[in-house]
Amino acid sequence: MPNFGVVVFPGSNCDHDCYHVAKHVVGEPTRFVWHEETDLAGLDCIVLPGGFTYGDYLRTGALARFSPVMGGGGGCGGAGGLVIGICNGFQILLEAGLLPGAMLRNVGQRFVCRYVHLRTEQPDTPFTRTLARGQVVRIPVAHGEGNYYADADTLAELEREGQVVFRYCEPDGRITPRANPNGSLGNIAGICNRERNVLGMMPHPERCSEPLLGSGDGRLVFDSIVGALRQ
Amino acid sequence: MPPGSLHCELGLTDQEYERICTTLGREPTPTELAMFSVEWSEHCGYPRSRSYLRRLPRTGKYAATVEGDAGGIEIEPGLLVLFKVESHNHPSQVEPKEGAATGVGGIIRDIFTMGARPIACLNSLRFGDLDEPLARHLLNGVVDGIQHYGNCVGVPTVAGEVYFHPCYRGNCLVNVMCVGTVKRERMVRAVAAGVGNAVMLVGSATGRDGIGGCSVLASHEFGENDEKRPTVQIGDPFTEKCLIEATLEALRTGAVVGLKDMGAAGITCTTAEMSAAGEVGMDLDLLLVPRREEGMASWEVVMSESQERMLACVEAGREEEVAAIFHKWGLHAVVIGRVTADGVLRMREGERTVAACPAQELASPPLYELPTQEPAYLKEAWDFDPATLAEPGDYGHVLLELLGSPNIASKEWVYQQYDHMVQVNTVVPPGLGCTVLRIKGTQKGIAVTTDCNSRYCYLDPYQGARLAVAEAARNVACAGAEPAAITDGLNFGNPDKPDRFWQFARTVEGLVDACTALRLPVVSGNVSFYNETPTGAIYPTPVVGMVGVLPDVDRHASAAFGQAGDRLVLLGTNTDELGGSEYLAVIHGLEKGRPPALDLEAEGRLHALLVAAIGQGLVSSAQDCAEGGLAVAIAECAVLGGIGAQAELPRAGGPAATLFGEGQGRVVLSLPEAAVASLLRLAGEQGVPAAVIGQVGGDHLRLQAGPARVDVPLPQLVAAYRGAIPCRMQ
Repeated sequence: MPNFGVVVFPGSNCDHDCYHVAKHVVGEPTRFVWHEETDLAGLDCIVLPGGFTYGDYLRTGALARFSPVMGGGGGCGGAGGLVIGICNGFQILLEAGLLPGAMLRNVGQRFVCRYVHLRTEQPDTPFTRTLARGQVVRIPVAHGEGNYYADADTLAELEREGQVVFRYCEPDGRITPRANPNGSLGNIAGICNRERNVLGMMPHPERCSEPLLGSGDGRLVFDSIVGALRQ
Repeated sequence: MPPGSLHCELGLTDQEYERICTTLGREPTPTELAMFSVEWSEHCGYPRSRSYLRRLPRTGKYAATVEGDAGGIEIEPGLLVLFKVESHNHPSQVEPKEGAATGVGGIIRDIFTMGARPIACLNSLRFGDLDEPLARHLLNGVVDGIQHYGNCVGVPTVAGEVYFHPCYRGNCLVNVMCVGTVKRERMVRAVAAGVGNAVMLVGSATGRDGIGGCSVLASHEFGENDEKRPTVQIGDPFTEKCLIEATLEALRTGAVVGLKDMGAAGITCTTAEMSAAGEVGMDLDLLLVPRREEGMASWEVVMSESQERMLACVEAGREEEVAAIFHKWGLHAVVIGRVTADGVLRMREGERTVAACPAQELASPPLYELPTQEPAYLKEAWDFDPATLAEPGDYGHVLLELLGSPNIASKEWVYQQYDHMVQVNTVVPPGLGCTVLRIKGTQKGIAVTTDCNSRYCYLDPYQGARLAVAEAARNVACAGAEPAAITDGLNFGNPDKPDRFWQFARTVEGLVDACTALRLPVVSGNVSFYNETPTGAIYPTPVVGMVGVLPDVDRHASAAFGQAGDRLVLLGTNTDELGGSEYLAVIHGLEKGRPPALDLEAEGRLHALLVAAIGQGLVSSAQDCAEGGLAVAIAECAVLGGIGAQAELPRAGGPAATLFGEGQGRVVLSLPEAAVASLLRLAGEQGVPAAVIGQVGGDHLRLQAGPARVDVPLPQLVAAYRGAIPCRMQ
């Protein structure tokens, strides 16, 4: 039985949603982890949820990275357990240096909340193992700063090492500027680290893990995690 | 500041000043005078409107709770849905982003101060003509404020309305509504009780922001060249988010006796009203209030409208336990005084008393019966015969113009900036008809909407109010929800002008009649007067915020057409009514005639039919006919579903009236052919007229209305409907 831990920072606001899905939809043992906790023993997957930690003051995620739960910037994913950062959680992972790159404001300068299509680039991660390469999923975004940026070398390395996990795409899978909701380089929607145990993604799989809410595609990410941890 | 002139500056009349002197047996201190001025202002005490508001029905089909900062209904044994609408009009006109943001913050606090978790926000916005830069500036700022605050605080903004009309040019309307859920045993009241219990101020520190916001800004008309910016508050959604979590956590301790959010008039309002509700007094030391500025006078401290603060009455001996929770969330929590037995609200600065007045007296503002007079414009506006107008040459072109009218066009530009999905309850999102939310832990859902056609209200406030209630109820019924209760946001001009107050009085009568007939309690509400500028008053705008209940949330409907081959059924009867229509306004530049007729009894049967048909799973889509009439309703279903349709519309008068008339009580359904017989039988049982008028399919919208024909390719409809607002906002 994989144990999920959903981190609660001041200003997290998708913590209850991730808890709901992990606990009640997927049905795995799940607990909240206050951001000042440092003992994560017994937790197999840490979820850094979306929200506006510390009001996004200074920069998104810039203050949350100093929370004790982040273990001085490396502890959170250092033990080899799985870490998934969603939206603001992704931004925190970037600020903490657990993933490379940075987030800029959306090119449209506006917050955007809507469904987008994602193409699965890497099925061989613990977060995507129930997906097929090239599989298109429908998952919503909701962010004002989701415009992924990295320098050319970093970007080349991400591509070379197969760390780009999801890209914004058309419903038929084509990668086009029109399908990109925020201006991210390479239409990047989600990346993992080289060890493949830390994933950051801007779209919200927890918002579409029940068909009643319009799409069940997000469930595939949670099912992948559970499957990987049960191995 | 000599008290004699101060009371006028604070908005108190000479008579009110005399009553205060009589009550106290002396002249009031400046601090006391400030406290009376805010408590007796229309914004807080409703002296002008209270006698009318008492007539609104408080009971209906669902058990209603009407008290404190918000009211609600019990949707399952022990589970309440609480909701309330509130205005933040004047602050938003002065400073659109902060005005709207603090409006959102205030209404969310009204919900969680009762122990409920806020689960949704709605907003009803009105601006001047969108082709004017000022309106675009205000729309941009207000939407920015709502998204900034609402998104950060983690409460989804799921529904609402946006209208544009020159009457709102100098006085926009920003009405915000919040919905929350709470178990009955967790509900907390805005009351102080238990002599010796602690009075705690929790949340943010107190500054000079918003002083006199309610008495000065909200209780007067806009004059020329006003400088009112300093009276607008600044909100901090991050603090509010922490305050929500800390408050709900603190309430779980059971140590909190009573709680009230600090909105208008801050410390004055909360201490006076909690004391009065508990028939107790309070002894407070203002020097203990955490401040963000040096050198604040006592009257500034008690008048401040600094945001994200609450007043809690906490059991003596458990102060530390409660404070620790707020501290964990990085918030202030300070005991500023104790509950006393003598009913006197005593404010001190250390040993020096700065105010000592009976709490009951503060919380019992005078009651005024204002004169009313039917406005002069009505007779002329009613003297109108639409039959004298020429029929248009190209009905397809008219349809596109109406779809592209900012009042009808898609509001995607607005709601895509709002996080409308957080909390994972949004079943039918905004833009697809009436929003539906599930209620976790139950099989139930709720449908939520705000509605008001202020042109109807201008042409007949009584009828306009009835129509607003009926439309809101029809909207939730189209989602499959039983209309359950409303909150009302009543926006009017200066009540001291008899023609304005006549509009208010007639509106309340209309609300009473409609809500009584449809068995809808009015569980909460807000009155905003003085919405006028030197060029005139706004149209009377009673915003109806409605909550409907879906017995089984899996059985719901949206407005989007589903499958090709589905049949189109019109429920209700086409009528020859163009008075007050969007067609007249957009195509002919006229706002004349009588608003449509309304049969509330037939309306109730229509709602029951919709709930039954959707509950039985017969229906693919449901859309009511509102602005733009039947043609626009069908076009919207086609655009949202991405599929065309063809229909022959039952004639009523000329083709324009048939296509674009706004007769009430009509709904367009699409449903599989196999379900048509069941639906018609159900409609027959309920006594609702129903007729198959066409079917879904193709990539054109083809409508026949007598000799007139509309044939428009779907992409043209989509472009008109979705392009109207973005192209003006670029």
